[in-house]
Amino acid sequence: MAASGAGGARAGGGAWFSALALGVTFLKCLLIPAYHSTDFEVHRNWLAITHSLPISQWYYESTSEWTLDYPPFFAWFEYVLSHVAKYVDEEMLNVRHLNYFSSRTLLFQRFSVIFTDALFVYAVHECCKCIDGKRASKELTETPTFILSVLLLWNFGLLIVDHIHFQYNGFLFGLMLLSIARLFQKRPMEGAFLFATLLHFKHIYLYVAPAYGVYLLRSYCFISNKPDGSVQWSSFSFVRVFSLGLIVFLVSAFSLGPFLALNQLPQLFSRLFPFKRGLCHAYWAPNFWALYNAVDKALSVIGLELNLLDPNKIPKAAMTSGLVQQFEHTVLPSVTPLATLICTLIAMLPSVFCLWFKPQGPRGFLRCLVLCALSAFMFGWHVHEKAVLLAVLPMSLLSVEKAGDASIFLILTTTGHYSLFPLLFTAPELPIKILLMLLFTIYSVFSLKTLFRKEKALLNWTETLYLLGLVPLEVCCELLFPLTSWKLKYPFVPLLLTSGYCAVGIAYAWLRLCCSVLLGHPGGGKTKRN
Amino acid sequence: MEKWYWMIVVVLMGLTVRWAVSLNSYSGAGKPPMFGDYEAQRHWQEVTYNLPIKQWYFNSSDNNLQYWGLDYPPLTAYHSFLCAYVAKFINPDWIALHVSRGYESQEHKLFMRTTVLIADLLIYIPAVVLYCCCLKEISIKKKVANALCILLYPGLILIDYGHFQYNSVSLGFALWGVLGVSCDWDLLGSLAFCLAINYKQMELYHSLPFFCFLLGKCFKKGLKGKGCVLLMKLVCIVVASFTLCWLPFFTEWEQTLQVLRRLFPVDRGLFEDKVANVWCSFNIFLKIKDILPRHIQIIISFCFTFLSLLPACIKLTLQPSPKGFKFTLVSCALSFFLFSFQVHEKSILLVSFMLPLLLKDELLMPSVVTMMAFFVACTTFFPVFGKTSEEELKLKSFCISVRRYLPCFTFLPKLIQYLFLTSVTTMLLLTLMTVTLDPPRKLPDLFSVLVCFISCMNFLFFLVYFNIIIMWDSKHGRSQKKIN
Repeated sequence: MAASGAGGARAGGGAWFSALALGVTFLKCLLIPAYHSTDFEVHRNWLAITHSLPISQWYYESTSEWTLDYPPFFAWFEYVLSHVAKYVDEEMLNVRHLNYFSSRTLLFQRFSVIFTDALFVYAVHECCKCIDGKRASKELTETPTFILSVLLLWNFGLLIVDHIHFQYNGFLFGLMLLSIARLFQKRPMEGAFLFATLLHFKHIYLYVAPAYGVYLLRSYCFISNKPDGSVQWSSFSFVRVFSLGLIVFLVSAFSLGPFLALNQLPQLFSRLFPFKRGLCHAYWAPNFWALYNAVDKALSVIGLELNLLDPNKIPKAAMTSGLVQQFEHTVLPSVTPLATLICTLIAMLPSVFCLWFKPQGPRGFLRCLVLCALSAFMFGWHVHEKAVLLAVLPMSLLSVEKAGDASIFLILTTTGHYSLFPLLFTAPELPIKILLMLLFTIYSVFSLKTLFRKEKALLNWTETLYLLGLVPLEVCCELLFPLTSWKLKYPFVPLLLTSGYCAVGIAYAWLRLCCSVLLGHPGGGKTKRN
Repeated sequence: MEKWYWMIVVVLMGLTVRWAVSLNSYSGAGKPPMFGDYEAQRHWQEVTYNLPIKQWYFNSSDNNLQYWGLDYPPLTAYHSFLCAYVAKFINPDWIALHVSRGYESQEHKLFMRTTVLIADLLIYIPAVVLYCCCLKEISIKKKVANALCILLYPGLILIDYGHFQYNSVSLGFALWGVLGVSCDWDLLGSLAFCLAINYKQMELYHSLPFFCFLLGKCFKKGLKGKGCVLLMKLVCIVVASFTLCWLPFFTEWEQTLQVLRRLFPVDRGLFEDKVANVWCSFNIFLKIKDILPRHIQIIISFCFTFLSLLPACIKLTLQPSPKGFKFTLVSCALSFFLFSFQVHEKSILLVSFMLPLLLKDELLMPSVVTMMAFFVACTTFFPVFGKTSEEELKLKSFCISVRRYLPCFTFLPKLIQYLFLTSVTTMLLLTLMTVTLDPPRKLPDLFSVLVCFISCMNFLFFLVYFNIIIMWDSKHGRSQKKIN
């Protein structure tokens, strides 16, 4: 019966993929009435701006506090959407209707996210083709492609951020995954084009641009390698460099051209890169600076207790009250945007060097991409915890192929996803986020364990304990803490604990990934001829 | 068992869908003066907490029975009391006598939805999981698929978590009963089923198959020996459970009578509103509700109900088997629904969807989505559109018998597929029309009546189908297993 069941499933062809995609779409439709954040108003405002104002006003408009701060392609995307919106509810397209809300607006916005996710579904489909299916067992649910599809399509972080909190990350990650898939499929020009387009949709993907740049330069522009794998300078192809450069130039010209003509580039860049914001976002992302802040805060408290510091010199309620302003550290040296940039670049260097000196084909590129994204997350300025998805999603591709990557993936994903919990702070959404988190975590742990059951255990005792420790942390922060008297006196404590605890896990994952890149993969990773 | 984690995943999936549906509105939201079932449940918490037991079912100045009086058996009342106890702890305003009428707030909605989830989690979901695990002769993958399809059943989700009711408690108990009785834990099964009946009297629809099955088991064991012992034990269990539930109401004859009057309101007519019942459909052509006097209506409905379920029950008593038991459950429930007196559309929660009701509660989006999800899940795991053979339709023995008289009767599977497609298409069309168009002014109820009529035809077909399976499934059963 089991064999016929599996055989029947394979005979069904891509039926299981459609079922998975449909299933998650249904879930997204059910989440329509859930809580949405101010991002909903942000996007409504952008629909209004792009619809009712001329291009010259787009990056100057500031009636609402949610000014346009994404690159021009996204503005054009909102412009196209607004033309559909006018048939749904014209009132939402008025710039002066601040915080306008109606059920039709909600339906339109939510469905636009669900609809644009089609690109993400297509990208996942393409990525599945790039996965080595040699491990395929007879059972459909134990094949790497099936597990990868579930890990990507039903990704908890993406569901929560896109379909509850409200953003448009689905199709953007679709573009990124599609460009990665094209690089795997030896279509680098398309990959470069897709990535260039993506950069002009959302500039946060600049974090992973070094990986693309170095890989394309090393593995595409140098046509062949010396026998020992190092650079053969004579095989440098100007044609290829030129064509890549042309693609990037044309895309940028298409995007920035109109604004260059209007002399608005400085204004545009000031909107895109607002460095006046603080080191940490309102809810601290679990990165290195969260640990740095925590240490600084702890040292200042100890210093006060031991009378080593003068209480008058300390700014009141520094970063911990969760405001998006610039603050100074009390004990440790203050951190400037330049310092974070330098730290990020230094952190990215090892992986980029490895990509240059020891290229291992598309998989090496993917590893470097994940490491760049994670390094930028760890050391970046004003990082939002949503940025962890930049590392989690590509990592899924690596996790279904090697056991070592699978264990890093489990730690990174679980802590990264848990750190997204503070985004949904309303009571009705509490069961949903807990249930979905459990669903994804249990599935990912057990499916990867089943996939790699012949190798040693994916998680050792300390790692398992650390991950299980998230449960009491959640119980304390969301169930017990609000009932205590500390809620009014120290309202930031749950967020502090959450980001501190998760920062440990993410830093650990980052270190392990660095090691695996620097030390090379044991036994695997034959240098592929490009 | 490597696949057990799939069961956990499926349960989590079911819970997520349930809670996501509960984010929507409930029945009677913001509609004074009567509101809806949500207010009824809240009112019962108010009544049971603030008044002594003797007054729960009686009309008094403190308890106006016209405003959502208790009309479910005592176990519902005790459950409401328990919920009220917790509510008092959190916010006494929710159940303050008289003052809290029509109380609506986000926190209260969260509390009420949580009570439904907890009841579901404690009673219904474990029953489903255990039931699927105990299914015999199928792979783990199919067991998990069964559990998923059962947990995704839209009717229960929409009524319990949307409209607002506690059907999962009574259905859960009934399922425990089915499980117990099928696995030969007869005493526990009977106890569970008695609890189900004492929670909602609607479960009486299932009581006859239980009775016949258990009686058949006793006969099989021999009335002079073990069978008699079993019968005695069962009688004791039933009497004991009923006594325990009704204890406060057995003290006075008047109490018991009043509760019975509330549970079975024979003062109302043959049917109320539009329901997919034979009488409602028949009423389109011939207004029997107005022509015949009340007591004749009762007698006619009783006769038809009795006659339609008689064959299956007799067969079950003479040849008790778990498979026959399950089919008889369905066919008896259908018979009761189609032919009995004063049926409410929510009674068919068991077998269908209730579109007009859900539209009134503004639950269109969750209805459509859950129904599509259920459909996709079922068609993914249980191939429907492929070639269906007579064996798969379980109609092989029937077809063989008919072919003795009509040798050309080979077209049944194709006919059934054709009928299935027709009925699905008709239902889709009707749904679309109900949602998008306005009915003509001369016939304001056109769409709901059409929905009821078509549903009634479907149910009648299923009644005949299940009865055929029950009657013709016997000696041929063993030879079929060899073929599979």
